[in-house]
Amino acid sequence: MTRGGPLQPKKKADVRGYKTNGVVKLGPDIKARIGQQLRLMYSEVVDQGVPDRFVEMLKRLDDPTNRGSKQ
Amino acid sequence: MSQRNDVRDVMLAAVPSLRAFAISLCGNVDRADDLVQETLLRAWANLNSFQPGTNMSAWLFTILRNLFRSEYRKRRHEVEDVDGSYADSLASLPDQNSRLELGEFRKALNLLPPDQRESLILVGASGFSYEEAAQICGCAVGTIKSRVNRARTRLAEILSIDGASDFGPDRETRAVVNSS
Repeated sequence: MTRGGPLQPKKKADVRGYKTNGVVKLGPDIKARIGQQLRLMYSEVVDQGVPDRFVEMLKRLDDPTNRGSKQ
Repeated sequence: MSQRNDVRDVMLAAVPSLRAFAISLCGNVDRADDLVQETLLRAWANLNSFQPGTNMSAWLFTILRNLFRSEYRKRRHEVEDVDGSYADSLASLPDQNSRLELGEFRKALNLLPPDQRESLILVGASGFSYEEAAQICGCAVGTIKSRVNRARTRLAEILSIDGASDFGPDRETRAVVNSS
């Protein structure tokens, strides 16, 4: 595949995904594209950080005064 | 016990990624969070079985996966929430195109056999090596590699991704993709 030509016409699919005739085109580099989607999907959740319930839960686990006195 | 405090910090740091993995497994945020919580409790109760110096994140993922597996067997007939509460509960993405595209991708991902899906996610999203993923799934490294390859090929097929010739050695699949 030739790279770097400034006037290189775009091949069939743009790098960004779009829909044509109901078919999602994801660009030529499949592995990279799938990897990007996977990470995007994953980071949607990861970017939410740690919900309070887990902070609280782990704090309770860590508190020795709570040992054996679970509600 | 400062050692326990360190462990607590490591666990806390692993929570976001554990949640992402759990959601990808069960497709439902509430169930995923319960799964993560159970994982942390289980891990805490079994800290003595953790080998110091090994990857704690991989250990936690292993526990989560095993918990999910045992629960999944019980709930096999339940329909997964592919694009319902999970999608609704997520913060909106910067632009609508990527959101639409991601929706398609998520649906395609859910069509994969669970073994392939989890292998692809562990390697492609969670950032584990093939060796770590093999350890988490309790199988050979070669098995993970082949699952990941099949998962990618199948995704390309489902999504009719262009440029299939760039991808993989699987000629039959390529022929199918090209002729459709």
